[in-house]
Order: sequence, then structure tokens, then C-alpha cells
Amino acid sequence: MDHILMKAGGWLALAFIAFAAMVLAVDGGFAVHMAIIMIACFIALWVTVSKADYQAIGRGIIKAPADEGLYDDDPIRWGIIATIFWGMAGFAVGLYIALQLAFPVLNLGLEYTTFGRLRPLHTSAVIFAFGGNALIATSFYIVQRTCRARLAFPGLARFVFWGYQLFIVLAATGYLLGVTQSKEYAEPEWYIDIWLTIVWVSYAAVFIGTLVKRSEPHIYVANWFFLAFILTVAMLHLVNGLAMPVSLLGAKSYSAFAGVQDALTQWWYGHNAVGFFLTAGFLGMMYYFVPKQAERPVYSYRLSIIHFWSLIFLYIWAGPHHLHYTALPDWAQTLGMVFSIVLWMPSWGGMINGLMTLNGAWEKIRTDPIIRMMVLSLAFYGMSTFEGPMMSIKAVNSLSHYTDWTIGHVHSGALGWNGMITFAAIYFLVPRLWGKQRLYSLRMINWHFWLATLGIVLYAAAMWVAGIMQGLMWREYGDDGYLVYSFSEVVSAMLPMYLIRAAGGLLYLAGAVVMVYNIWMTIAGKQRDEKPMTETPHDPETDKPLVNQPTAVPAE
Amino acid sequence: MSDKKYIDQATGTETVGHEWDGIEELDTPMPRWWVWTFYATIIWAIGYVILYPAIPLVNSATEGLLGWTSRGEYAKEVTAREQQLAPIRAAMVNSDINSVATNPELRTQAINGGASAFKVHCVQCHGSGAAGFAGYPNLNDDDWLWGGDLEAIEYTLVHGIRQPDHDETRFSQMPAFGRDGILQSNEIQDLVSHVRTISGDETPSAASQRGSVLYEANCAICHGPNGTGDRLQGAPNLTDRIALYGRDRASLTETITNSRYGVMPRWGQRLDPATIRMLSIYVHSLGGGETAPQPEQTAEAGESDDQS
Repeated sequence: MDHILMKAGGWLALAFIAFAAMVLAVDGGFAVHMAIIMIACFIALWVTVSKADYQAIGRGIIKAPADEGLYDDDPIRWGIIATIFWGMAGFAVGLYIALQLAFPVLNLGLEYTTFGRLRPLHTSAVIFAFGGNALIATSFYIVQRTCRARLAFPGLARFVFWGYQLFIVLAATGYLLGVTQSKEYAEPEWYIDIWLTIVWVSYAAVFIGTLVKRSEPHIYVANWFFLAFILTVAMLHLVNGLAMPVSLLGAKSYSAFAGVQDALTQWWYGHNAVGFFLTAGFLGMMYYFVPKQAERPVYSYRLSIIHFWSLIFLYIWAGPHHLHYTALPDWAQTLGMVFSIVLWMPSWGGMINGLMTLNGAWEKIRTDPIIRMMVLSLAFYGMSTFEGPMMSIKAVNSLSHYTDWTIGHVHSGALGWNGMITFAAIYFLVPRLWGKQRLYSLRMINWHFWLATLGIVLYAAAMWVAGIMQGLMWREYGDDGYLVYSFSEVVSAMLPMYLIRAAGGLLYLAGAVVMVYNIWMTIAGKQRDEKPMTETPHDPETDKPLVNQPTAVPAE
Repeated sequence: MSDKKYIDQATGTETVGHEWDGIEELDTPMPRWWVWTFYATIIWAIGYVILYPAIPLVNSATEGLLGWTSRGEYAKEVTAREQQLAPIRAAMVNSDINSVATNPELRTQAINGGASAFKVHCVQCHGSGAAGFAGYPNLNDDDWLWGGDLEAIEYTLVHGIRQPDHDETRFSQMPAFGRDGILQSNEIQDLVSHVRTISGDETPSAASQRGSVLYEANCAICHGPNGTGDRLQGAPNLTDRIALYGRDRASLTETITNSRYGVMPRWGQRLDPATIRMLSIYVHSLGGGETAPQPEQTAEAGESDDQS
């Protein structure tokens, strides 16, 4: 009883502090955020004091099966649902801002709905809300199974989930209200940064605590990648977030760094957000789900060691390639470029290990749409990690920088690699987490696969063409030595590409809608009555498709 | 551990002997092509670091064997471009604008260079097709506020329009007839009817009759007795179907009530004389350029400090 009283008192005190900060706030954005925090404190207070068993109610809402005791899966189920929810929000905002670029009238003339405010909402929703929830949930799933240990600090694990959602809500509302420190992918202001630091340290404690508890002699490679991701992101966030608030009761702060040092710190952070959040973290997912789904051993243990250490050593230096031909000193630009190029093979090590794990199970690409998603994901991973080093070469960068080529590059990685491996992981996890025999529909995964693939192809191809066209038009000199095109002519030349890009985004979103339905029905316990996926008729002797034989052979 | 090692059937490769949640690992050697490509990128990187600025030292960084710098590369490209253009730029300003514009070779150069400069400096207001917007004149037609021959255009470019603290700027200001209480709002409506009648937008009416009397008293001094305007004062011709701010009743009412005060920068402060000359010839070539400057129009350029 005393315990509950202490906790309730604590939440009440926090709510009062938030209320006082709201009343005394020097700007509107800060006041709104303190109101959100106060509401969060009151919800926590209500959950603490009321007699109702909210754990059970929550488990009822998501139809979670009973805890079997071996592993702690509740935060993971919540995480999967949060991943899907934020993913849909992020994709929808992405489609909307793609349409804004083609039809500027969609800015609606409101400050809250301009491209400048919705764009960070999109990037943070897909990277940190969709990707971050996927990473937290899958890392908790994987670390328990591969350590044969129940999650350490179960209360802290739940705090990580809810604390991270509060971070997302504060960040997202901040973007709309214009609360930003104007650092790409690190837009949230100082007090949100402090909150994320608390959440992230708790995440590290749960993850490392589980590793320490493990009953396996060795640490599996997926966990190396997750650990590198958690520790490096903590370091990046702390250094790049260093800032001095103008007022402790206001949103605005100034960076601890100035000028080119600030730019370099920002891109050291920004590039490694790609390297450790979107690459190392997702490689952790890949190293568990690909061998599990393929039911094959990992291709090469040696390769995994060498490519892990070389990847994490090299990635951290590559940031300056975002600042080619700027005020950044030449020597730093050189180092950013050479480290990016040496990074090529270490990045490909992950692709080789993923794809070659299918050795001995290649026929599953024909029969298993989840494997098909994983293969596509690894293919796009390979493409983007070749394209990235190539774009870091100064001569290429002088053409590609500031153009939509960069957008194309990022999305072939994000939609192809991060998106597809996450969808595959969700399809793998949901029947297991909810204790179902199988998914509602396998054919719907196939639909999702093709919608997403077509969407990515349209998106990436349109942006490659748009970016190269844009770069060439900007630098086009006539015979007389004068620039040929004005900026606005370049903009109008890209309109068709923007329309194709939006169409690609729509297809990708449509695929995700199919997934939402499929997952919804699976959790509801339904199974679609459908014909089994069929193989392309093929001759097992020669392992070639029988294109001339009209009769289809069922896969069973 | 090692006792769990076995040969995998499908690949014929030995496993490492570890197992996690059913996942095992093969002891496949790293692909040779991967290892050699990795080495090759490292060797390339070492070579590049030796050739280019790379290693930070206490006060500066290594300069690299090639002595390359990004500033040096930029300066080289700019110098090369300037050297290519220097003779043309010199020729642009060596003689008067009319003879430059009649020399076929220089004329082509000027139009190309002017088009390029226009895209950087002028499209923001006049539009990429030079067709203008409400308040920003269309440069393709032959309706000029301040004169459409080469010298008048160049003068406007050099000195700008309504630039403060610059005596030679093009300057005029129409009174704000409504705001300053010179005319009542019903009188302004009559005046609008008259203006729309002489431009052919409306047929004569009782209102336009009353408006014509007001016009004689208030407007004719600048816009002329027939409304054909006066380039000496930048007073627009009201009888054509071109109006900078619109010919509809609302726009005209706004203009007469509150007046307008459009400005253009003094490009003489920002651009070199050769570029301004090329811009003048380019704008002149767009369709409305006036070929034979009349003697009095040449005089007008010198008198534009006449502030009404």
C-alpha cells in the first residue's frame, strides 16, 4: 500500500511540475508539450491507483495469449502494433508531402500543414516511430530467444515502450507546432532530447541486462548488431543534442557547436543514424529472421565477424561526405569519402550472409512470400550500400548533391531494405506472438510484396531520373559559356517525375494497407480459406521452370 | 560446443558448432572476391589519402602530393570561364548599345548571355517567360512605362525604379485619390467607368460621362488628355488593353484609391555593365523593343529625376 502511495504521489508531483511549467511557459509550443506530459502523468497516476488490472485489460485489447512464463512477450506485442500504427501514419504523411511537391496548393496555406513542417513528421515517423518500434520490439524478441533468458527488468521494459511512444508524440506535435532545433533527423528540442536519453538508457539496461542473464555460452551475431546500434545511437544522440536552452520554461535552444563544427557534428550524427539505426539495427533483425524463416544455418560465421567489426569501425567516419564542396576543410572531406568507399565491402558482407543463407533453400523464393520479401530487402540493401559509396565520390557528389537523387537513394534503402525486412519480421512474429497456427492469408503477403515492389521501383526510378536530370540541368552551360536553365525551369521539368513518385508511394501504402488487414484478421483468429500458394511448374532434375507445360502443379 | 559440429547436407560445409534458438552457423570461408575487393578499396584509400589533403596535423592538414584544394579547383574553373568570356564582355561595353545590338555576332552573344542572366536575376518577378504577373510588367509586349528603346531599357536597369536615395532612379508617384480624400468613393467609381470606357472594356454611360470630367481635372496632367500616358513620368497608357495591376473594376478602384508603388532594384549596383547591356539587348529582343529611338525619348532618359 505504501508502495502504491509513493508511486501515486510521485506521478501527482510530476503532473504538478508539468502544470506549473505549462502555466509559466514562455512560448506556446512548450506549453502544449507540458500539457501533454501532464496528461501522461495523470494517466500513469490513474493506472497506478485504480484497482483495475490494466495489464489484463491491455492484454485483452490486443488479444494477447496468456504469458507462458518462458519469455516476456507483452512489450513485444505492443511494439508490433505500434510499429504498424506509426508505419501507416508515416507512409500516409509521406504520400501527402510527395503530392505537395507536385501540387503546392496542398500546403493549404496553414503553417501547420506546410511541407517544411510535415517533412520532418514523415521522416521521424518512418525512421524513429516505425523503424524504432520495430527495432525495440524485435530486439526484445530476439535477445530473449537467442540468450534463452527472460527479459531483464520487466517494469523498465514497459517503461521503454511507453516512454518511447511519449517521445514520438512530443516530437511529432513539436514538428507541427514549429518546435525544432533544425537538425535533420534530430529536430526535437532539448527537453524532448533529455526524455529520449532517459528512455534510451533504460532500453540499453534492459537489453544488456538480458544479455548478462543469458544461459547460452555465446552471444549471437544479431545481438552484436543490436548492441552496437543501442550504444552508438546513445553516443550520437548525446553529442549532437548538446544545446543551451534559452529558458528552462521555453522550447528554444542553441546548439553547443557553431558554424562548420555544428554542421560536421550534425552529419556525423545524421550519417550514423543511417549507419547504426537503419543498417546495424536492421542487420540484427535480418540475422535472426532470415535463418529462422529459411530454416537454414547462417552462411558464414567468419564473414559475420569481419563484416561486423569493419562495418562499425568504418561507418562512424563517413559522415563528412554529406558536406562535400562546403566550408568543411578538404582533409575532412577526403576522409569522409575514403571511409565511405572502404565501407562498401563491409556493408555487402551482410547482404552476402543474408542471401547465401538461402543456400540449400532457394526453392522457398518460389513458395514462401516472406522469404521473397527478405530476398528483395537484401537486394535493395546491396543496391543502396553500393550506391551510397558511389555517391560519396566527390565527382559523383558534385552532380548528385542537393538533387532528388539523394531522395531516391534514401528511399531505395528505406522502402526496400528497412521496410521489407520489417514487414517480413512482422509476418514472422504475429502468428508466433499471438499463438496462431498461421497467418490469415499467405496470398495477401504476395499481394503486399508485389504492390510494395512496384511502388519502390516507380519511386526509386523516378527519383533517379529526376535527380540526375536536375543535376545536369543545373550545371548545363551553353556554347557561349552561360548557364542554360533557370531554377524554376528545372522545377517544372521534374513535375512528371514527382507524379510517378507519388504513384509509387501510393502503391507502397496500398501494400501496407493489405498488411494491416491481414494482421488484424490474424490477431482476430481468422484464417482465410484460400488456395495454397502454387509453385511455378518446374523440373526438379534441371531446376528450371517448365514454361511450355500448360498444366500447373500445386505446391503441396 | 565443438562436439556439436557436423557437415551440413545441402552445402557440404561444416558448421561452427554454436546454436541459438535453432539457428546454426556454417564455417564457410569468406568469399575470395569479397576479401580482394575489400583489400583493393583499402589500397585505393591509402593512395587517395597520399595524393589529396587528408591527415589533420596540429595547425593544418597534409596537403597531398597533387596539391589539390577545392578552393583552387573552384578558382581555376571560374578563371577559365572568365577568360572565355572576357573578350565578349569587353566588346559589349566598348561601343554604344545601338551598335552592339546591330552587330550580328555581338547581338547573338548578348541575347544568349542576357537570357542566362535573366534566368538568375529577373525571373523571380517577371517570370521565366518574361510574361510578368500582376504588378510585374510583361516584357514581351510593346507597352512600355518608361520607354522601350535600348537606351531607355538600359537606363531603367542601371538605375532601377523608385529606389530611395538615388537621384537618377525612375521615379513617379500617383496620388492616393481615395485615401488622401481628394476624391469621394462615388467619384472614384465614375472615374473607373471612364477609364474602362477609354480602354474599351465598357460602353459609355452616365457614370463614365461624369468620370471624364473628373479625369480632365485630376488625371490628364500625367496620363494625357486622351489617356495615352506619358513615358516622361512613367504614366501608363490607359487606352490599350494592358494594365499592370488589372483592368477589372476592383483593381482599378484599388489603384485610384490607394495608388501603387512598384519598385525594381538598381542593377547597376549589383551587376557589371556588360551583363546589364546583355540583359537590355535580350529584353529588347523579346518582341516589344522599339527600334528607332526618337530624339525626345533620348532626352527623357536624362530628365527622369523630374519627381512629380
